[in-house]
Amino acid sequence: MSDLNRLRDDLMAAVADAGDLRTLEELRVAALGKKGRITQEMKTLGGLDPETRKATGQALNAIKDEVAEALEARRSLLARAALDARLEAERLDVSLPARPEETGRIHPITQTMEEMIAIFAEMGFTVAEGPDIEDGFRNFTALNIPPNHPARQMHDTFYLPPRAGAAGDAAEVVLRTHTSPVQVRTMTSVKPPIRVVAPGRTYRSDYDATHTPMFHQIEGLVIDEATHMGHLKGCLIDFARAYFGIEDLPLRFRPSFFPFTEPSAEVDIGCSRAGGELKLGNFGDWLEILGCGMVHPRVLEACGIDSTRYQGFAFGMGIERPAMLKYGIPDLRTFFDADLRWLRHYGFLPLDIPSLAMGL
Amino acid sequence: MKFTLSWLREHLATEADLPAIADKLTALGLEVEGIEDPGAVLAPFTVGHVKSAEPHPDADRLRVCVVETKFGEVQVVCGAPNARAGMKGAFAPAGSHIPGTGLDLKKGVIRGVESNGMLCSEREMGLSDEHQGIIELPDHAAVGMPVAEVLGLNDPVIDIALTPDRGDCAGVRGIARDLAAAGLGTLKPLAAARIEGRFPSTIGVRFDFPAGAGAPCPLFAGRLIRGVRNGPSPKWLQDRLRSIGLRPISALVDITNFFTMDRARPLHVFDADLVKGDLVLRLSRPGETLDALNDRSYTVETDQVTIIADDSGAVSFAGVVGGVSTGTTGDTVNVFLEAALFDPERTAETGRALGIDSDARYRFERGVDPEGTIPGIEQATAMILELCGGEPSALVVTGAVPEWRRRLTLRTGRAAALGGLDVPADRQRRHLEALGCQVEAASADSFAVVPPSWRPDIEGEADLVEEVLRIEGFDAIEPVSLPRLGATTAPAVDARQKAASRVKRALAARGLSEAVTWSFMDSRVASRFGFQSQALRLVNPISSDLDVMRPSALANLIQAAGRNVDRGLANPCLFEVGPVYRDATEKGQLRVAASVRQGMTGPRHWAAAPRPVDVFDAKSDALAALEAAGGPAANAQVTTDAPDWFHPGRSGVLRLGANVLAHFGEIHPAVLEALDVAGPVAAAEVFLDAVPVAKKKPGSARPKLDLSAFQPVSRDFAFVLDADEPADKLVRAAIGGDKALVSAVSVFDVYQGAGVPEGKKSIAIQVTLQPRERTLTDEEIEAVARKIVANVEKQTGATLRG
Repeated sequence: MSDLNRLRDDLMAAVADAGDLRTLEELRVAALGKKGRITQEMKTLGGLDPETRKATGQALNAIKDEVAEALEARRSLLARAALDARLEAERLDVSLPARPEETGRIHPITQTMEEMIAIFAEMGFTVAEGPDIEDGFRNFTALNIPPNHPARQMHDTFYLPPRAGAAGDAAEVVLRTHTSPVQVRTMTSVKPPIRVVAPGRTYRSDYDATHTPMFHQIEGLVIDEATHMGHLKGCLIDFARAYFGIEDLPLRFRPSFFPFTEPSAEVDIGCSRAGGELKLGNFGDWLEILGCGMVHPRVLEACGIDSTRYQGFAFGMGIERPAMLKYGIPDLRTFFDADLRWLRHYGFLPLDIPSLAMGL
Repeated sequence: MKFTLSWLREHLATEADLPAIADKLTALGLEVEGIEDPGAVLAPFTVGHVKSAEPHPDADRLRVCVVETKFGEVQVVCGAPNARAGMKGAFAPAGSHIPGTGLDLKKGVIRGVESNGMLCSEREMGLSDEHQGIIELPDHAAVGMPVAEVLGLNDPVIDIALTPDRGDCAGVRGIARDLAAAGLGTLKPLAAARIEGRFPSTIGVRFDFPAGAGAPCPLFAGRLIRGVRNGPSPKWLQDRLRSIGLRPISALVDITNFFTMDRARPLHVFDADLVKGDLVLRLSRPGETLDALNDRSYTVETDQVTIIADDSGAVSFAGVVGGVSTGTTGDTVNVFLEAALFDPERTAETGRALGIDSDARYRFERGVDPEGTIPGIEQATAMILELCGGEPSALVVTGAVPEWRRRLTLRTGRAAALGGLDVPADRQRRHLEALGCQVEAASADSFAVVPPSWRPDIEGEADLVEEVLRIEGFDAIEPVSLPRLGATTAPAVDARQKAASRVKRALAARGLSEAVTWSFMDSRVASRFGFQSQALRLVNPISSDLDVMRPSALANLIQAAGRNVDRGLANPCLFEVGPVYRDATEKGQLRVAASVRQGMTGPRHWAAAPRPVDVFDAKSDALAALEAAGGPAANAQVTTDAPDWFHPGRSGVLRLGANVLAHFGEIHPAVLEALDVAGPVAAAEVFLDAVPVAKKKPGSARPKLDLSAFQPVSRDFAFVLDADEPADKLVRAAIGGDKALVSAVSVFDVYQGAGVPEGKKSIAIQVTLQPRERTLTDEEIEAVARKIVANVEKQTGATLRG
């Protein structure tokens, strides 16, 4: 038995001494392989008497298990050390910049329009659209601005060549000066009740610090049998407070004049201009943001709607100005420059999809 | 429209102060745009009484004055030669801002004597250049009274923005009437005048309008006044005109300007001795000229301008501006006074055609009170007689007051039903009457209302409701939130609008930033981008480089990319979702998603080398946009017939048969050169309206997920085929080899060169087979491979590469 003990001790010492995985593998073969020392010893068991064979066999098995276990433990240790060494060799300077990926930006006009649509959607409006190139009837006459009316001149209209084969209003081709022709399109195609907003491009021949020849508006139209001016006020107050995120934002409705509404109002929001800085809120000063009114009976009639039964309101609001006010964009003209520095600064990430649930 | 507070008070007896008046004006729809108070800078100056003025002990030219002020007695050292005991002057205490010097006054010691303020000259107060001595105020001025008040400079100028419907408020009296109606005071009565003519006018007036011209001048009243003295007008009148920025000219002209501003009643005066024969009102003859009183000469080009002519020709553009040849001067002795009514539209058109803005035009184009014509000329005559003397003729009246009475019905419930404000009927009646309406009860719940002659804008019931609300104030209307249509929010956008939004966000997520550029562009550039329709050429462009509606959004984006490069921003990537125009009809406007990438795929980087952008960047932008729009990106065919602003060999069209979904490619170098933008530029245009919208199936459920339990296997093949054979055809042929088993084909190598014959190319593909029923045996895989190779060879003429 002392031979066996020596065998065990030799093997265990060798395992403990093995410095790398290859040596360890050689050791395993030398001990447990087909010609390994333990295997050889096992083969000698056949020549022993049953008594001795049993005792020696058990002892050999114990040694075999013990050595196998030691080999595995050592292997695992050496493998871990080898991995550690490899990983150490793979070490990189992680302060290096990552591979470049650019995310583009959504233009403030798109974002603002979608914010406005999100709010008006909550109030039951759907989105209507119309073309940029309109005729004189839809842009003016149906809106109670007859030919030769001074208001027609006040619009700084862009004209395209008259439409051949048409006469009068229908021949007059203009770039729409407001989104109001979509009112006409809606009322001539849909029966009341109507609740639509119509965002889009509009055009006026005016170019200075506060005017661009192209700009955007959103039109609102509500037609039913009961909507009155209180609803107009409520709708726009609800809108402005949600859009600007100012719960107590005051709105002031002033009588004004638009040919297509009666009564008509201009709407101011509360602000402060103290120290040359514009701030929105209940500060006593006022800033005009939109025009509105109750749809003129003549407009209803021009669109084939019975003005003795139906009534409602309309409003028209710029997109750029509310965007400038909300996001602190100082200059209107920069909206159309496509300057990437401006877009990265004032633009929105594509995942910022406006929703009231997520907050505007 | 400008007026002063004191001028308003000539018509309105009111206790209200300026802020209250300003607020009410705005609440009435007479929006106050500004209030200028010329007395504001004079606020520190009050009346001081010089009690003593002794010589300064150490300076001959200085005096030490003791001044009684509102702060008590103050010692002031003064150098003015006229400083003397007993006088009253303008005192400013230490600390005051002196407008004439721009400095703040400091307490000082002048040659050993303390000085605690200043007695000021006109120059120091910023009133004039007068600096000979200090200003001397009248003895009756009380100590402590603001100097501005003593000098009559405390009259704030109010500027209101007048809406085009309110011609009645183009005169101070109309504004006063609105304020009175709104309860801010009472309208003072206006002295009526009726002047007895002493002789018939030697100048006659007649109309000579062609049939069909309408009524360019329904009423013309005139009167000759003999023996006037046309000197300067009195100070009160000059001050009044100056206060709103008008230059006094002479008594006669000042009187006409006063009536224009005070009553919105324009008048004109002719020097009767310079008028040849009678006055004739007629339409213009093209080529007719007039030297006008605004010192400019005009030639009329149309036959639509209303002219007042005498035997010599045109002497006035009616309702706009008079002529020099018959104008009054200091020598005028006999004057012919005109008060007329001119058609608003024609007056506006005349002013526009000739480019003349005048106070008369401003009023006539808004509508002048027809009933004010005769009273106006009578009152003006009275003023001329008072200020210039003279002897009046009988009135010459041509035409008649046009019918203006309209009987409107106001249902008293409409204020609440339309206006959202419940106003008791008697209150509505009171408001309307205060505005000059005649109101009678027409039924138990309605009024018959005749609006006054000066309010042609009140045309129907809605206008009457507005008047009632205006007087009550829109603030009184209680806001009501719109009633909800349903318990939850329904979608507000349709499939196309939603697709446009998704495309924008998809492209932005791919690194392109959204631009919004003009819908118009330069025709010279547009011609390189397929501009065809002359119907899209603006008649009145704002500038020559924005003269046509754009046929493509790419040019604007390419130019924008170029501007960014010029600013030092390398590799700009931009997109725009917006309109392009094929013709001027509704269907000619298309919504496109256009994208542009310029330069390299990214910045220089230590690990990822950038490469120049190319056609495949454009193609993947196009496919991404198509996919975001819900279009069949995978099924689209590719053809090589992109328009000629693209590189002919590096561009393509995505289409479904004849339906073109997109163009993509590298922009033609010649186009880039014309736009002065460096290449390469990879661009795409996706026609969002052309993308078929998937039919909405009922419900939101997706089709059942069909997952195979068996391992997919893949095999690689390399084919040699003609170099101009499209790879797409090979891929489709490989799929067609066994549609049931082939689940994917990818191209992983394209090679031309050594080892491949001239004019040929090698394309290597990986084919993925997805068994559905059981694992494939080697024999089955081999059989499928043979089918794939056979089909590719048949379809494309390719051979399997050995």
